[in-house]
Amino acid sequence: MTNLTKIYGWGRYPQQDAYLHAPPSSASLEFTAKQQDSVLARGMGRSYGDSANALNVLQTTYINHFIEFDKSTGKLSAEAGITLREILEVIVPSGWFLPVTPGTSYVTLGGAIASDVHGKNHHIAGTFGQHVKSLSMLLGTGEVVTTSPQHHADLFHATCGGMGLTGIIISATIQLLPIKSSLISQKTIKADCVEAACEAFESNSNATYSVAWIDCLSKGKSLGRSVIMLGEHSEQGGLEIDTRQKVSVPFSTPSVLLNSLTMKAFNTAYWHKSKHNLSQTVGLMPYFYPLDAVGEWNRLYGKKGFLQFQCVVPRLDGIANMRRLLTEISNSGEGSFLAVLKQFGVANENLLSFPTEGYTLALDFKASETAIKTVKRLEDMVVDMGGRLYLTKDAVMQESTFKTTYPNWEKFEVVREQYGAVGKFSSAQSIRLGLA
Amino acid sequence: MKRILIIGATSAIAEHCARIWAAEGDALHLVARNEQHVQLIASDLKVRGDSEVTTYVTDLNNMDKHEELLDVAAAALGGVDIVLIAHGTLSNQKSCELSVHETLAEIQTNALSTISLLTLIANRFEAKKSGTICVISSVAGDRGRASNYVYGSAKAMVTAFTSGLRQRLYKSNVSVVTIKPGFVDTPMTTGFKKGVLWAKPTTVAVSIVKAIDKNKSELYAPAFWLVLIAVVKFIPEQIFRRISL
Repeated sequence: MTNLTKIYGWGRYPQQDAYLHAPPSSASLEFTAKQQDSVLARGMGRSYGDSANALNVLQTTYINHFIEFDKSTGKLSAEAGITLREILEVIVPSGWFLPVTPGTSYVTLGGAIASDVHGKNHHIAGTFGQHVKSLSMLLGTGEVVTTSPQHHADLFHATCGGMGLTGIIISATIQLLPIKSSLISQKTIKADCVEAACEAFESNSNATYSVAWIDCLSKGKSLGRSVIMLGEHSEQGGLEIDTRQKVSVPFSTPSVLLNSLTMKAFNTAYWHKSKHNLSQTVGLMPYFYPLDAVGEWNRLYGKKGFLQFQCVVPRLDGIANMRRLLTEISNSGEGSFLAVLKQFGVANENLLSFPTEGYTLALDFKASETAIKTVKRLEDMVVDMGGRLYLTKDAVMQESTFKTTYPNWEKFEVVREQYGAVGKFSSAQSIRLGLA
Repeated sequence: MKRILIIGATSAIAEHCARIWAAEGDALHLVARNEQHVQLIASDLKVRGDSEVTTYVTDLNNMDKHEELLDVAAAALGGVDIVLIAHGTLSNQKSCELSVHETLAEIQTNALSTISLLTLIANRFEAKKSGTICVISSVAGDRGRASNYVYGSAKAMVTAFTSGLRQRLYKSNVSVVTIKPGFVDTPMTTGFKKGVLWAKPTTVAVSIVKAIDKNKSELYAPAFWLVLIAVVKFIPEQIFRRISL
């Protein structure tokens, strides 16, 4: 009864045929998972590359119920398929916020844990997984277990950031962050080169939220000019939240619209429009999720899609290395206007979690042969710098890069073996990276 | 605050209607067959809204229980303003063709159980001269097609029954709303190849809630099905019999 369907990540590259199963409840999720040889749980399909691509996919679309929300303690339990957006609609009016949030609210709770996502407060709050109290998951053995930092800790630390390869997350309990207002006091700082941007991060390390838009096309003296946005939760202003979708891109636009000329024009305009030392108050949604206001913006890159590149380089020599990466990118002339720079705090114990102390850079490349070559050149540079790439964004990383830059991969495999995940859970990415 | 009875509360469309109503603070009473599933939905609705949510577990094919079901609902909600009837199964046409038993069982679930409920609810609402009855029928009931005429004919019965009931109850200030969804992407239709004609249950739920608020009579969801079905109905039987649909 099930047909093959074409699936792909948010970057729409690469694509693959898959058998999609959407069990109506967690009970039938367990049943369906037992029927398949090798499966992968998939939520909103918002990871960029092929990490949620597999032949047999269990979509968690209908596994999306709240279980309990204690408004006095901020402890929230929900099923894995619920989106962060749905969570926000419920928690913000009660004075709570996500302890860590990625740049889109259209991801599932299970996906946020599997990618161990980070946000603009990484330097203070760490990753999403560090706020998970416990999670319930289906193992390859068919058993359902509850894991936490105290119970089956090895499985817990392999699952947070484990890209769905240790089992299927059914539900989770997280600790929320109390807020007094749904507004953010934002301060904008302009930095006219990458060195100035990194210094601005250093000198504002006590800001709760910090992130920079970076111009990846400017060269020479203004290489890496950035607009840094610092944010604090406001003390007043009410707890309203508006999650209505405003506009949407109705179809794939001809990708020629995004070329080096239009992107350069955009970047120059954005740079000149931004004001130094500007303080203003903005809503949670536009501050944390600016791109969510434009539905299906990935269609702007045309039918072929795009590659996301996100790396982190160690803090030591980080500024000089960032300049080398940016020089390579600006010489390629292919980087897009959606580029982000951020300083990371210390790494956590999760085996495949991406963030490590240093600087992270994320940007898009319109998918093409030359873009793949550029991304591979950048990959080699990052390996030499002792950095690594984010699995959630990746579509082309080589096995050797992964195994060199994620030294805990062997421990990860041991845990998978121990809990019956080997041969039971795999993705196009895990196969490419040489995981069992 | 409205007091709403949802029959077939674990159906994806009904669940999404319930989420809208819960967020608006309406009181809900959920009737379903699977206890674990309906409890899960009830807990979810309590978090999404601040409303009262109660449940009742029964197999709706057990029609002897319908009167009791309605009594329990009325007691739990303190009176009922709106009833949404959403239960059903998507019949396997091929196996129905081979089995009288299975064909009649599908008609029992998708038509007769609904008609039993409608008869009882209609009399209760007629007596108190208020209320809204919303029934999920289907575009499949507008014309029998080779690919699913068992399900289609059950839904045709529901559509005709509600049309007559709507006329009868108009004088008594009771609204009867017939919803005819097209293809909806729900667990019931997992495994079908999805194309442009497919709608999300959230979209369909939004239009159902609106149709109830506005006392609509009949609603195609999404609305473009009105046009598609008009075309399908227009084809003469002599030609229709040669088409595979």
